[in-house]
Amino acid sequence: MAGTRGFTGRGRSADPRLPPGQHDTGSGWPVLTAEVTPSVDLSRWTMTVDGLVGRLASWTWDELRALPTTTWSGDIHCVTTWSKLGTSFRGVSVDVLLEAAGPGPGAAFVLATSTTGYTTNLPLADLTGGRAWVVWEHEGRPLPVEHGGPVRLLVPHLYFWKSAKWVTRLTVLDRDEPGFWERNGYHDRGDPWLEQRYQGD
Amino acid sequence: MTGTSASAGPAGPAGSGSLTAPTSWATGVVREVRHHAGGAVVLRLAVDGMGPRLPGQHVVVRLRADDGYTASRSYSVASDPADPLVELYVERLVDGEVSGYLGDVVEVGDELEVRGPVGGWFVWDGVRPALAVGGGSGVVPLVSMLRHAGSTGHPDRVCLVAAARTLERLPYADELVGGCQVVALSQERSPAGREPGRLVAADLEPLLRTGQQVFVCGSSAFAEHASRLVVDLGVPAADVRVERFGPSG
Ligand SMILES: Cc1cc2nc3c(=O)[nH]c(=O)nc-3n(C[C@H](O)[C@H](O)[C@H](O)COP(=O)(O)OP(=O)(O)OC[C@H]3O[C@@H](n4cnc5c(N)ncnc54)[C@H](O)[C@@H]3O)c2cc1C
Repeated sequence: MAGTRGFTGRGRSADPRLPPGQHDTGSGWPVLTAEVTPSVDLSRWTMTVDGLVGRLASWTWDELRALPTTTWSGDIHCVTTWSKLGTSFRGVSVDVLLEAAGPGPGAAFVLATSTTGYTTNLPLADLTGGRAWVVWEHEGRPLPVEHGGPVRLLVPHLYFWKSAKWVTRLTVLDRDEPGFWERNGYHDRGDPWLEQRYQGD
Repeated sequence: MTGTSASAGPAGPAGSGSLTAPTSWATGVVREVRHHAGGAVVLRLAVDGMGPRLPGQHVVVRLRADDGYTASRSYSVASDPADPLVELYVERLVDGEVSGYLGDVVEVGDELEVRGPVGGWFVWDGVRPALAVGGGSGVVPLVSMLRHAGSTGHPDRVCLVAAARTLERLPYADELVGGCQVVALSQERSPAGREPGRLVAADLEPLLRTGQQVFVCGSSAFAEHASRLVVDLGVPAADVRVERFGPSG
């Protein structure tokens, strides 16, 4: 396709960590949320895995933090075209949570739900094998509420709307059920390296 | 997103919940260019084959350099869905890659790659009474709602509260008069006599109605501040939809 008249663009980043169409936001971390930031009461907070599972599994805030933790370091990519490179989070692998619940036969998708009612859908395969976490620390500090604290999902190999803020529930399903942004035109999987931004990409 | 670093939003589908997915890229031909104070620009585009729009939606604009490098950004649509042209109001940011190009280089007759309309959450259904609160360029999608209310014969269905530093920096200031429009300027007295100062609860309180849908749009910092004011005034969080523009926060 022909170029846009007179557009040269800012310096190309040769950084191989940047997926197509993304730019480096540096030390910034934009906040993009579709609603009022909630206040979460940790004394009544629970994390639950339900749906197509052998047994419903649930953790209080203290129980969650007693699970074996992992620190993940790497890059995150927002569909609005910024990427944040070389950042880190700490929490528990989703593998640990799913293992406790035991996904049943036919389990293939997960719908993540937040305290606010926000939902996002993911193939089960994207949440397993050490590629997804439930996290409460960012770069050594408690995860700020505007970034999904106390606890958010972290699925860094997909666009960041999949990493549901304020997550409290993972529901295992045998079929794909579009979440909030997915019903509103965004892609069901959201692989930044394939630029799966919108439905049809 | 509607954008979205891991955006959150309530589960309820927007309106009917039936959203046209943004399809492929289309060509937008620039039909009008109007420059404003501070480098802001209004662009009016004829986009071939764009489907029906809803007030509050945005489009994605993609610029392409000769070597294939591209940069895309989201811009809210200011025009009424009944307007055949897609109108954008772009605030020019210092060093802004895309806003700089749109503000400085674009001329009538240029072609831009456009995709959309995008978004099914931050949209007004045209019926439910709405309080729209915008800061700076966050006023843009709300102006589409206001224009839609006017063109459908129900101007009183949308009350728009617009905040900016100065009147000159306020997008569409000339349309934000009369009705239940409020202009809150932080650095100067507003035309209606409001003293300078940031947006406060007293600016919003007289416009609250039960059953109202609230739309808040602007920078992250503005959206956080304004949505907090609205919720503290007793509006259920579930009735508040927020759109945060880009990293300026
Ligand atoms: C849903 C949605 C709707 C929107 N609607 C509108 C609208 O109606 N009108 C409007 O004006 N905007 C709107 N925006 C914002 C818009 O999409 C862009 O973010 C904005 O125009 C800035 O893009 P840019 O390319 O000019 O700036 P960018 O080049 O992305 O830069 C943004 C700022 O960050 C700084 N910056 C960026 N990258 C770097 C870097 N590598 N190093 C140092 N500094 C850097 C720049 O100096 C600049 O100040 C909307 C955003 C969203 C998500």
